[in-house]
Amino acid sequence: MVTADDAYMDDVKREIKRDDLLRMYYYLRLTRTLEDRITALYRQGRIMGGVYTSNGMEAIAVGYASALERDDIVAPYHRDVGAFLVRGITPGEVVAQYLGKRTGPTKGKDGNVHIGDLKRGVIAFVSHLADNLPLATGIALSFKMRGESRVVVTNTGDGGTSRGDFHEALNFASVRKLPVVFFCNNNQYAYSTPLKHQMAIKDVVERAKAYAIPGEIVDGNDLAAVHLAAQKAIRRARAGAGPTFIECKTMRMHGHSEHDSAKYVPRELLEEWAKKDPILKAERLLTSLGWADDAEFAKVGERVQKEVEAAVKFGEDSPLPEGREALEGVFATDEEANS
Amino acid sequence: MTTATAETKAGQEVTYLEAISQALDEEMTRDERVFLMGEDIGPYGGAFRITEGFQKKYGEWRVLDTPLAESGFVGAAIGAAMMGLRPVVEMQFADFISCAFDQITEVAAKNHYRWGAAVPMVIRAPFGGGVHGGPFHSECPEGWFFHSPGLKIVAPSTPYDAKGLLKAAIRDPNPVLYFEHKYLYRRIKAVLPAEDYIVPIGQADIKRPGTDITVVTYGAMVHLALEAAEQLSQEGIDLEVVDLRTLIPLDKETIFQSVRKTSKAILLHEDNKTGGIGAEIAALLAEDCFDCLDGPILRIAAPDTPVPFSAPMEEFFLPKASDVVAAARKLAAY
Repeated sequence: MVTADDAYMDDVKREIKRDDLLRMYYYLRLTRTLEDRITALYRQGRIMGGVYTSNGMEAIAVGYASALERDDIVAPYHRDVGAFLVRGITPGEVVAQYLGKRTGPTKGKDGNVHIGDLKRGVIAFVSHLADNLPLATGIALSFKMRGESRVVVTNTGDGGTSRGDFHEALNFASVRKLPVVFFCNNNQYAYSTPLKHQMAIKDVVERAKAYAIPGEIVDGNDLAAVHLAAQKAIRRARAGAGPTFIECKTMRMHGHSEHDSAKYVPRELLEEWAKKDPILKAERLLTSLGWADDAEFAKVGERVQKEVEAAVKFGEDSPLPEGREALEGVFATDEEANS
Repeated sequence: MTTATAETKAGQEVTYLEAISQALDEEMTRDERVFLMGEDIGPYGGAFRITEGFQKKYGEWRVLDTPLAESGFVGAAIGAAMMGLRPVVEMQFADFISCAFDQITEVAAKNHYRWGAAVPMVIRAPFGGGVHGGPFHSECPEGWFFHSPGLKIVAPSTPYDAKGLLKAAIRDPNPVLYFEHKYLYRRIKAVLPAEDYIVPIGQADIKRPGTDITVVTYGAMVHLALEAAEQLSQEGIDLEVVDLRTLIPLDKETIFQSVRKTSKAILLHEDNKTGGIGAEIAALLAEDCFDCLDGPILRIAAPDTPVPFSAPMEEFFLPKASDVVAAARKLAAY
């Protein structure tokens, strides 16, 4: 008898190469280590402003971003540092961004997770949750109008799905069959508001039904599962079959921001989810596939540690912008708009 | 009626509305990146018939009917603009732009400043009263956006400016709000140049030179000021009418030069008085032209109420030529 587990393992072996899974595992570890280090810097008072981590949810951004081609676009939200890293934003740039340095992708104009770079296919996140979803539909519209086989993936949280922009974007994407994949990081809390006060439905994916968009629920802590779902949805979008909605069930293990102790979250819930940590899950999978062992995991750990230390050094050694640079860049030039 | 797909003969007069249509048509022909999005703009040709015949000529995707969701389609236009297209979005009425306020002020306006990605797009917004539209079809919402760095704002008063400014807006590398006045659509006509031209963004225009008093205005109010000027000329009061044409970036130099010459200023707009564009210009004049002023800076604007529906109330609400005449007589006494 074929069990669900067997089918899953078959899918993984068929759809994901060993090197690709190991690379994704590396990005999981890099994201975790980088964000832990940024949190430590924040606690030491070396970072101003908010620190929004994806702790315990790293598999989502890493999983979907790794399923994209070079010319594709991501329009992430604030718990998607893994997507930045996969797209080639360096850990040093992330630290520099947090520190408001000129070497950050926004040159100090914006902070923390508001990183964007069109050359690397990353749309900068807007704090008004779900604002990036209509943008993603327009990006997908441009691909469709020009006959390009490119795809855009966007993400928001469970809270973000309450916004009108979420619904307007899903509707438009479905009406015009646009090549866009909508992810939802359902981590059960929007700041302090639990799901039950956010929506009357049990699963966020039910929202997709209203727009005739196929939806799927995946274990957001399972790197391979997220990646497989993303692959399938991206293929579908690329083939011209329109959008897909993917709800990733996960748990926010830290506060909304690092200043928030999240006392409103029951401790037992966190303990339960700690056992389902995405890094542990990925290691179990790699081990059971015989693709890597503890020695390999330790090697990755050492590598990311070194990279993160170099990133912190890069960030801290980088120059701050001059105050008067605040006046630059309100308007774009013709050259910029035509490049 | 002349539509975009029917060539206008050289030397033939076109309305303000036809001038807008022509600009869209010519830009779509000139540049395949230009496309239109909005409600009912396809087979129906738009609520005011600006895009009549366009979908037949340019196809379904370049004249794209959207769901009734302004925030959604403005956001989509921003996304398409970042990918190198040149979207022109139609608000059915400027009043509905409030539904897209967040996408315009938070996303489009800040995008280049925040992370360097240009958003070359245009939002056309049919605005203004005098058409019995009531509180939701008559607004002048330009003041909301006047305070949002990163946007450009234009508001033409003539067919020539309507065409030239729309072409300039479409070619501009930034988000441009294009406020077209509904009252002017079919009421004014002009013969336009046969050749391609633009009206550069950021340049005001002296619509009537004069020596005694400067009236700074834009949109439909320009015609009100000109009407008042005719009347006042019989009393020996010579008005200079400065048509801003562009609200952001404001052509301060033209305003200052005019006021330095006349030493008296009236600021006239159809938008509500409090916190309006006239207030900003009054402050600029106080800062830069205080020495040359011979009288108080006067504002003429709509009262601080929504636009009322019933004819006597709407007429009361809108600034009138007689208001300009009265203000000019008062200033002339200084």
